[in-house]
Amino acid sequence: MSELPLKDPAPADDAADAEPRPGHIRKPIGWSMIVIGALVAVSATLVWRRDGIAGVTEILTRDLALFGGILPRVLAGCLLGAFIAEILPHEKVSRSLGPKSGLKGLLIGAAFGAILPGGPFTAYPVASALLAVGADFGATIAMVVSWTLIGYGRAIAWELPIMGTDFTLWRIVISLPLPVLAGALGRFVFVRIYPKGAPE
Amino acid sequence: MSAALVIDIMLWGSVAAVGFIAFRRGPTVLTTSLREGTMDFINIVPRIALGVIGSGYIAAIIPQEIITGWLGSDSGWLGVLTATIAGAATPGGPVIGFSIGAVALKAGGGPPQVIAYVIAWALFAFQRLLLWEIPFMPARFVWFRAAVSLPFPFLAAAIAMAIGKP
Repeated sequence: MSELPLKDPAPADDAADAEPRPGHIRKPIGWSMIVIGALVAVSATLVWRRDGIAGVTEILTRDLALFGGILPRVLAGCLLGAFIAEILPHEKVSRSLGPKSGLKGLLIGAAFGAILPGGPFTAYPVASALLAVGADFGATIAMVVSWTLIGYGRAIAWELPIMGTDFTLWRIVISLPLPVLAGALGRFVFVRIYPKGAPE
Repeated sequence: MSAALVIDIMLWGSVAAVGFIAFRRGPTVLTTSLREGTMDFINIVPRIALGVIGSGYIAAIIPQEIITGWLGSDSGWLGVLTATIAGAATPGGPVIGFSIGAVALKAGGGPPQVIAYVIAWALFAFQRLLLWEIPFMPARFVWFRAAVSLPFPFLAAAIAMAIGKP
């Protein structure tokens, strides 16, 4: 497989698709990993001192099973993000989700977040892809907040069984305006902090 | 776990749908995306391993009573503030977050306070920020988003108080 897409009969209207994703970052182990690692080490030691080695292995086996269970979904989320970054036309995304997209852009972002399937392993790669192809902070905030608060995935799988229907439904109703408000607040603050656009 | 199965089907169905669109754009688009996605996956797995396997230990040493004790229905706005901080500080996945919320509700917690707790946990639980958002997204965006989300647990509690629900 050639790395150069120039020889392929690629669609002419989307030459940008052939470029590497802008703003795409693959960080080596960063400070957030070190913080989490230290927290985990301290916690595991405390569990060991309290419950002995049995307590440590019990948590380990349970969480290993959980980890094995979500791995395929993480892969699906990464693939979804990569595909979306490749196939979404940059121009159209920046028009409908960019800084000048207005309330409509925030509503589109919020609606997209609400219908997006999967968990954090889907939402964050997709949000990152949207940022890379021209969505602004406001619309992306609306999407992420909407996925967190209104998205049905977590509500159906966890909140309904644990918190009960009444609480869950009212919680979602109360949350309905929040994604668009968060996106609008994000835009309002963004243009005041970065008057010349996002720093790189 | 039929809900999980439905979610898996929708998830992989979406992957197949966008994969098909990529394939229609040409094989190069498909292979490039597949390679990018796989590289992302390989890069993210160690972080997720640490987070998922480690979060059990973090959750095990934080006594839940401490979190639930402060959210009583008489606690008012101080309770909402406490709930927001507790939500941000709650480690672990959705089972832990919602279980603490459910315990708080059963133990006499006020609904607005529990709403604030659940929403704060959903918006900016520190462990999710570090474990999920930072690895996948530009750090500047993550902190910015968390900062502009700060008022919303309070707003949600205010709406809950105003409408008297749930």
